[in-house]
Amino acid sequence: MTVKPDTTTAASAPRAADDAVGERLSETWPEEHGLWAWFTTVDHKKIGRRYMVTAAAYFVLAGVAALVMRTQLAGPNGDVVDPELFDQLFSLHGTAMIFLFATPMLFGFGNFLVPLMLGTRDMAFPRLNAFGYWVFAAAGILMFGSLLFEAAPNAGWFAYVPLSGSDHSPGYNLDVYTLGLLFLGVSTTAGAINFIVTALKLRAPGMSLNRVPVFVWAIVVTSFMVIFALPPLNVANAMLFLDRRFGTNFFDTAEGGDAVLWQHLFWLFGHPDVYIIVLPALGIVSAIVPTFSRRAIAAYPLIVLATVATGIISFGVWVHHMFAVGLPDLSLTFFSAASLIITVPAGIQVFCWLGTMLMGRLVLNVAMLWVLGFIVLFVLGGVTGVMFAIVPFDQQTTDSYFVVAHFHYVLFGGAVFPIIAGLFYWWPKFTGRMTSRRGGLWSFWLTFAGFNLAFFPMHISGLLGMPRRIYVYPGDTGWTVWNLLSTLGAYLLTVGLLVTLGTLVHSLRRGERATDDPWGGETLEWAATSPPKVYNLPVIPTAHSLTPMWDERSLASFTDGIADDERVLAHQHAVLRTSELDGRLEHPPLEMPEDSPLPLVVAASLFAGTLALLLGWYEGTLVLLVAVAALCWWLWPHRSPIPEDGADGGGGQT
Amino acid sequence: MNAVDMRSVSRATEPEALATERPRGRTPAWWGMVLLITTEVVLFAVLLASYFFVQFTTEGPWPPGGIRTPELRLPLIMTVLLLSSSAPMAWADRAIRRGYQGQLAAGLALALLLGAAFLTLQGIEYDTKLAEFTWTSYAYGSLFYAITGFHGFHVAAGLFMIGFTLVGTLRGRYTYERHERVRQVAFYWHAIDGLWILILSSLYLSPHV
Repeated sequence: MTVKPDTTTAASAPRAADDAVGERLSETWPEEHGLWAWFTTVDHKKIGRRYMVTAAAYFVLAGVAALVMRTQLAGPNGDVVDPELFDQLFSLHGTAMIFLFATPMLFGFGNFLVPLMLGTRDMAFPRLNAFGYWVFAAAGILMFGSLLFEAAPNAGWFAYVPLSGSDHSPGYNLDVYTLGLLFLGVSTTAGAINFIVTALKLRAPGMSLNRVPVFVWAIVVTSFMVIFALPPLNVANAMLFLDRRFGTNFFDTAEGGDAVLWQHLFWLFGHPDVYIIVLPALGIVSAIVPTFSRRAIAAYPLIVLATVATGIISFGVWVHHMFAVGLPDLSLTFFSAASLIITVPAGIQVFCWLGTMLMGRLVLNVAMLWVLGFIVLFVLGGVTGVMFAIVPFDQQTTDSYFVVAHFHYVLFGGAVFPIIAGLFYWWPKFTGRMTSRRGGLWSFWLTFAGFNLAFFPMHISGLLGMPRRIYVYPGDTGWTVWNLLSTLGAYLLTVGLLVTLGTLVHSLRRGERATDDPWGGETLEWAATSPPKVYNLPVIPTAHSLTPMWDERSLASFTDGIADDERVLAHQHAVLRTSELDGRLEHPPLEMPEDSPLPLVVAASLFAGTLALLLGWYEGTLVLLVAVAALCWWLWPHRSPIPEDGADGGGGQT
Repeated sequence: MNAVDMRSVSRATEPEALATERPRGRTPAWWGMVLLITTEVVLFAVLLASYFFVQFTTEGPWPPGGIRTPELRLPLIMTVLLLSSSAPMAWADRAIRRGYQGQLAAGLALALLLGAAFLTLQGIEYDTKLAEFTWTSYAYGSLFYAITGFHGFHVAAGLFMIGFTLVGTLRGRYTYERHERVRQVAFYWHAIDGLWILILSSLYLSPHV
């Protein structure tokens, strides 16, 4: 059963179940209000929304930085900002968009949606989840706050040594960068572990691996990449901090260190990170396309394998960022080939979406329009990406605006467009309100036009030789008109994004009430109310197919489960546990923690410790003892009524 | 189908019967620890890769600048201490799965002692090494102290976890039915021990080859 059935009567099964058992569930999963509840909540939906709102705020700040730069570059010899500030603006813009916007935003989607799509009631480690959010929010405050003290990172987002060393970059700027990213890395790693474990252990019964939604697959692959890719970044940043502050010589060539080591470590993280950003965004696309094609995704096994393959191959292409460094020809050849090969799985994904649309019945709604825009831009960015895999071309255009054009097509086109598509698609689920179609259409076309006007001319200015990161340029270079167009495009893009924001805010205040399943979606998040109750689904269903909302047996499991205490699970604050591969029910249910202030306390103490380290007040790092004490309380083996698993023959019988 | 068959079928499908036959599988906490260890192992792999990268791009002798090749006597004793600490840890884990709290406490205490002895010897080793070179002496010194120090920090963290578990044990919190935590601490401890073999081979043994 891959095609959406026309009947909609069956879709009311979850609602019927909610009417039957919702009241009982609300007692074990109460909706808390007030300030204390706000600081202590561990609900994955609240945390997910917070991730998205905070990441959006950081997007606005980093976007304003870009607008200032575009204004400066509108004509030759601009004098809006001085070079020192310009350095901080482009460094902060890149660092923030990558670390504080893209990944946290997609983690926000994941946080909200993964438990719902899996048919469970929270993430595997809810308090760890809350902790991750607080750390991320604090890291953003540190990074953006540093701009007020003119101490924002100022050596570009990849902070090459020796420029980023203490000789050439005195001041706190690069310390903010290294410590800020190390601090943020704690949050990203914790989030990644949480996603993987949730997807492995908390799926609804029957949801074997071949019935897991592509979006969840994408989040899981991304999380595995984080597990393997963040360590090189963390090691590099720790080394740079030690070099700068304590005189070690990891990167100091005069003392036997190696500056190229930084580049290897950074890009060993940096290239996988491109896919850490793009894969979940492609996952959003894979969630939207089937709904608005009215059929299940075409070639599901292929698109999943392509996602996994992309994750693996992405660790073998980092040197294509270093083709101009002067490495041995043999290694250039290898990495050039790998960079060509990685386009294959990306291409497979594109053809899976096209095939789904071709074989289905296309519904051109606003979210789908953003997806179509994404496909156009992502393919254009992919084409220039293939060009960079060719060593001689790369060596000609490296560090030029051609690169800037390329990665904005890939990252803005490849991640921001799907993110906005996802916002329009899941907005009814997030907020319980519908968005205006007219507003959505305007927002799309303005953003799409503005985006292309801003970034397409950069291909040309790049080919004409304009280097990236310059703060002024002379008038006789032939770059003026292309820069003017880019700046006008940036303004138009801003208008488009403001209309997007306005459409969403308008929906919050005036939007029509959303039904539970306004689009007739196929995955389990549409079985929850809009917005979902604290307990998510009233009955834990059995997933009989990849598209449970379109299949009668899965829907029937909602009504069948009303009488089954184990599926309602109203007598304890717990979730069902299933096996990793087949989604078979395991025993006993997993007890979930109550709201707790501990995540905030640990995060705050870690933040204070980071600040003390940053400012060189080393006694102040003793504040980390608060985190240790809080962790001890967190992990203390408190007594619990539910026996845990493990005893041979002992567990699960009381 | 006759009546007797039907009765045996329904008995086998009653909730109780199903509950006892259900597989127990790995817990989320088990997976969480495995993933944490994975990312830690990658961290050390990157550090060691950096060490070899710098070694291979350095011309002349290694270690550079007249620093002597590391002596092996103390590190080998440390190795014996740390690796042997895995045995009482494994014993403790096994014991509590059968409900023996006394053996759990004894195993943890023994592992704690051996781990602490390792750290003490590392301190002694640092004392002699620092007289010869510090972490500002060439990239070699930076890498040597960063890698061994970072591992030592992990040993200390592991010891803290063992001590924490020991306190819980003495308070009677780990039983036949609840002992998942012990297994995770044991996991972490074995991983730290295993990492030391890589560090020993890279920093201490490989310069002798």
